[in-house]
Amino acid sequence: MNPFEYQQVDEPATAVDAISRWRGSKFLAGGTNLIDLMKNTVEQPPKLIDINHIPLRGIEQTPDGGVKLGALARNSDTANHPLIRKNYPLLSQAILSGASPQLRNMATNGGNLLQRTRCPYFMDPAFSRCNKRTPGSGCSALEGFHENHAILGASDQCIATHPSDMCVALAALEAKVRVRGPKGERIIAIGDFHRLPGTTPQIDTTLMPDELIVSIDLPPSPYGSHSHYLKIRERTSYAFALVSVAAAIDVDSGWIRGARLALGGVAHKPWRVEAAEAALAGQKLSISLFEQAASRALSGARPRRDNTYKVEMAKRAIIRALTIAGGLA
Amino acid sequence: MNTIGKPISRVDGKLKVTGSARYSAEFDMPGLCYAVLVQSTIPAGRIAGMDDSLARKAAGVLAVLTPENAQRLPGAEKRLSLLQDNQVYYNGQPVAVVVAEKLEEAHHAASLIKIRYSVSAPKLDFVAGFPSSHPGNHNGEPGDMSWGDVDGALKDSDIKIDQVYTTPIHHHNPMEPHAAIAQWNGDELTVHESAQDISGHRAKLAKLFGVQESNVRLICLFVGGGFGCKGPLWSHVPLAAMAARQVNRPVKIVLERPQMFGPVGARPRTHQRLTVGATREGKLTAIRHEVHAHTSVIEDYLESSAFPTRVMYGCPNVSTIHRIVDLNLGTPTYTRAPGVATGTYALEVAMDELAYKLNMDPLQLRLLNYTENDPQTKLPFTGKHLRDCYTRAAERFGWSNRTREPRSMRDGSQLIGWGVATETYPANRRPASALVRFKPDGRVLVATGTHEIGNGIYTIMIQTAADALNVSPDLIDAQLGDTALPPAPITAGSMTVASVTPAIQTAAERVRTRLLQMAVADSGSPVHDASVDEVDFKDGLIFRKLSPNRSEKLGDFIARNGGQPIEGIAHVEPDETLKQKFASHSFGAVFAEVSVDPDLGPTRVRRVTAVYDVGKVLNEKTARSQFIGGIVWGIGLALHEDSHMDARTGRIVNENLADYHVPVNADIGEIDVSAIDIADTHLNPLGARGIGEIGITGTAAAVANAIYHATGKRIRDLPITPQKLIA
Repeated sequence: MNPFEYQQVDEPATAVDAISRWRGSKFLAGGTNLIDLMKNTVEQPPKLIDINHIPLRGIEQTPDGGVKLGALARNSDTANHPLIRKNYPLLSQAILSGASPQLRNMATNGGNLLQRTRCPYFMDPAFSRCNKRTPGSGCSALEGFHENHAILGASDQCIATHPSDMCVALAALEAKVRVRGPKGERIIAIGDFHRLPGTTPQIDTTLMPDELIVSIDLPPSPYGSHSHYLKIRERTSYAFALVSVAAAIDVDSGWIRGARLALGGVAHKPWRVEAAEAALAGQKLSISLFEQAASRALSGARPRRDNTYKVEMAKRAIIRALTIAGGLA
Repeated sequence: MNTIGKPISRVDGKLKVTGSARYSAEFDMPGLCYAVLVQSTIPAGRIAGMDDSLARKAAGVLAVLTPENAQRLPGAEKRLSLLQDNQVYYNGQPVAVVVAEKLEEAHHAASLIKIRYSVSAPKLDFVAGFPSSHPGNHNGEPGDMSWGDVDGALKDSDIKIDQVYTTPIHHHNPMEPHAAIAQWNGDELTVHESAQDISGHRAKLAKLFGVQESNVRLICLFVGGGFGCKGPLWSHVPLAAMAARQVNRPVKIVLERPQMFGPVGARPRTHQRLTVGATREGKLTAIRHEVHAHTSVIEDYLESSAFPTRVMYGCPNVSTIHRIVDLNLGTPTYTRAPGVATGTYALEVAMDELAYKLNMDPLQLRLLNYTENDPQTKLPFTGKHLRDCYTRAAERFGWSNRTREPRSMRDGSQLIGWGVATETYPANRRPASALVRFKPDGRVLVATGTHEIGNGIYTIMIQTAADALNVSPDLIDAQLGDTALPPAPITAGSMTVASVTPAIQTAAERVRTRLLQMAVADSGSPVHDASVDEVDFKDGLIFRKLSPNRSEKLGDFIARNGGQPIEGIAHVEPDETLKQKFASHSFGAVFAEVSVDPDLGPTRVRRVTAVYDVGKVLNEKTARSQFIGGIVWGIGLALHEDSHMDARTGRIVNENLADYHVPVNADIGEIDVSAIDIADTHLNPLGARGIGEIGITGTAAAVANAIYHATGKRIRDLPITPQKLIA
C-alpha cells in the first residue's frame, strides 16, 4: 500500500470538488474492493475521499412507481429492503448470491457498480503484462489460466469479466445510474455504464473520473416474481459466478409480453442479450422457445482454450432461469 | 476420577471465542518492529541486481536485508531461503526483508525495491518431468515396496481396472497465517511462533545461528490451524531472527494471505495410476499403485499416496511405486493426512470401478477383501474393528436401500448418488515428556511442550491427569507450547494423544507416589507411619484407605512441608519392539449422499455417515469435532480445493480465500460420526490411536463414487467441479 491523503466529505458537491482537485484520487465507500487493490498496489491513489458521510443511503419509491437506490446504501440493506424484495426480487436474489454477508454489509450499491475484474493477472502486479493495469503491456490471460474468463465481447487486449452479480440484475431491470459531476447531474443507462474492453480495457465504465454516483434508479417493473437469478459457481456461497443469468418475463396467461435477459461471468460487462429477448417477445411460454433464446444468446460466443464449457453452461443456465421465471419449473 | 471419554467442553473454548486466547502474533514488547518479505517474481534464475536505495530512505525503515548484506549462516540448508545467495528456485521465494517501525511503512518500502533478474527456463510441466523423475522416501519409509508377482497376477486376472487419478496442488490455508516474533538477548533467542513443532524448530534455529539449544526458546500457546504447514521450519522465522539481530530489537513477521501460497509448503500434485486385478468372484489378485508427485528443485518431499494401498486389503500381489518430479515451485510438505488423503481417493475410486465391473455391491467387494492381518508383513493389527465400522455405518446410512445402477436414484430434477469408501490412517507414537506438579495453593499443573492446534489437547491433558491422580479437572491447569517445558513431539501425524498421554500418566504416578511417601514420613500428617500402600490421594485429600476420615488437604500438607511444589517428571518412549509384533492403523467406513444438478453441474453433499475404529475415544465432544473437520476437508478435496498455477511462471493465480475454495458452511450437509470406541492398549495405556486426520481419508472417494452413482460420470481428476460434470 502506498502512502495516501485522506479526506472526509459530507455532501456530493464537496466530493466532486475534492476529486476534481486531486488527479488520480478515489472515492472511498465500502472499500471492499478498493482497499484490497491498494494493498497489492494495483491501485495507488494519492488521495482517498471518504464519501461515507454523504446522506445517500436512502431507498425510496419514486413518483413513477420505481425505486431510487441511494449510492451509499449497503448491498445487504438493499437486498433486504421490503420494496426491493416485493417489487424487484430479481435484484434481491442477485445481491444475496454475491460475496459473503460480511462483505455485503460493507459494500455499497455505487461501489458494486465500480468493482474491478478479479482476473488474477490484473490482481497480481508480479505479472507484468496486463493491458487493464498497464495499458499496452499485453494480456497474460490470453495464453494463461483463463478458465473463468470472458466468452462474449472480449478483445485481443483483454478477456476479463465483470465480477458483479448485482449489476447483472440491474442490466435486466434497465436501471439508470444517476451521477453528479462538476457540471451537475446526468443519467447513464446501465447498459451504457460498463464498457467492453476493445483497445482500452483500462477504462471499465463511462463514468468520468470526476463524477460521483448518487443513485441507481429502477424503473417500475412488470416482472415481479416472474424473474429469477441463477448463479452457477464452484461452491454454494462466496464464489464468483462461472456463469449467471438474470431472467425476467412479463407474462400474460402463458404468453410473453416482453422479457429481459442478462448474463454474468461471461463478459467485460453485464451481458444483456436483446436478440434473445426479441426472440421471446410475443411467444407462448415453452421450453423449446427458451432453448432457441439460449442458442441465440450465445451465438456470438468466442471461447478460448480453457473456458469452452461456459458456452454450454450458459445456454443451460438460461433455459433453467427462464423456466423458473416463467413458472414452468 | 473418570473423565476419559466424557464429552467435556474445551477448557480453552471460552478464551478462543472471546478472543482472549493469545496467538503468536499477538504478543507485544517494548521496541517491537515489523518485517515484511519481498518475494521473487520469477520461477528460476538469479538476482542480477537489486536497488533498495528508495526503500532504505523511506519513512520508518530500520533495515533492508538482501542477499548482498544478510548475515551469513554457514549451516543454512538450501531448502530455506535465507538470502545466502542470488539464486531463485521458485516464484514467491523470499529475496529480501524490510524492517520498519510500522507495518505500513515496511510494506510501502518493500514495494519500492527494484529487482533485476536473469531468468532461466523453469521446470514447470509436471507430466513432462515424468521421464526424469526419481524415487524417494517418506519419513524414512521407502517409496517403493512390493510383494508377490504383480505382473504375473495381472496377466491372469479375470477382471482388470487400469485408470489414472489426479489431484491438484493444495495449499494449507489455516485461518491463522504463519507468524513469528523474534527477540535476541545477547546470545539468547526467544521466538513466539505459530508452530506445530516447537522443539524441532528450536533445534534448527540453534544450529542455524550457532548457539546452544538451551539458548533458544520457542513459545506457542495456540495454533490457529496448521494442517501440516507449520510442521517444518520455513524461511520467515530465521529471517525474523536475522532481522532482530540486525536492528537489535524484537521483530514481528506475519505472512500475508498470498504469501501462504508458495514459500511455506503445499500438497503436491499427484498423478496416480491404479492397476487392479481380481477374480470373477471379486477377490483381489493384484494391485499396482504408481504415483508421480512433484517436489521443488531444492528439497525432496514425497507425497506417499500409495502407502494406504499397503495396508487396506488382503491381496497377495501388490506393488507400490512413487516417483518425484522436480519443479520450480516452493517445496511441498505434509498436508492434512499426507499421502493417505490423496491415495485413498485413488484406491477407493478404483475399488468402486472394480465393483461396477464385477456387478457387485461396492461394500460387499470391500468385505470380501477384508484383511485381519497386515497384508504385507502378515502381522496382526494392534486392534482392528473395521468390519464393525462397515456394518454400523451402512446401517446408520441406510445403504441397503441403494439401487445399484447409476442415475437410478432421483429427487425431483436432482440426481441422487450414494457412495462408500474405506478410511485408514497409521497409528504412530513418539517419545514424549511431561511434568505434573502439586502446587502450594492446592491446584495441580500438568505441562508438556506440545501444541494446541484445535485438537483439544489442553482438555485431554487435564482429563488424563484428573483420572491418573483422582483429582477433579476443575483443580487442574494445563500448560503447553513452550520449549521451557518437558519436550513433546511434533503435533502431526495424528500422534499427539498417543505420545503425550503416557508421559502425563507416568508423571502423575510419580508425583502421587512422591506425595504419599512424603506424607507417611511426615510426623504432622494424619497418615504418618502408615505404609504407602495403606494411604491414598483423592479429590485433593490425603487419607488412610481404612479410615478415610483421617485426611488432610493437599494444600495444607504442602504448606506444612515448606510450601514448595511437589513435582513428577517423566520421559516415556514407545515400545520399539511393537512394530515387530504388530501393525497399527486406524480404520473407518464412510458413506456419502450427493445430489447433482444434471444440467448445470453443481454437486451438493447432502449427508455423510462415518464410523471409526480409532481405539479409545478420550473426549467424545472434541473427537466429534475432529472427525467432522476431517470430513469437511474431504469434501473440499473432492469438490473444491485447487491451487491454479500459471503454467509459464509457476505463480499461483488464486492466492486468496475468495478464489481458493475451501468448503463454506452452505456446502456442508448433515454429518453423522461415531466411533467403535474399543481401547487399543497395545499402542499405549489409554488405548487411544489419534483421530486428527482419518476423517479426510476415504471421504473424497465416497463423494466421487456417489457422484458416479448419481450421474454415471467418472471424473478422475479432482476437484469435481460443475464444469467437469457438464463437459
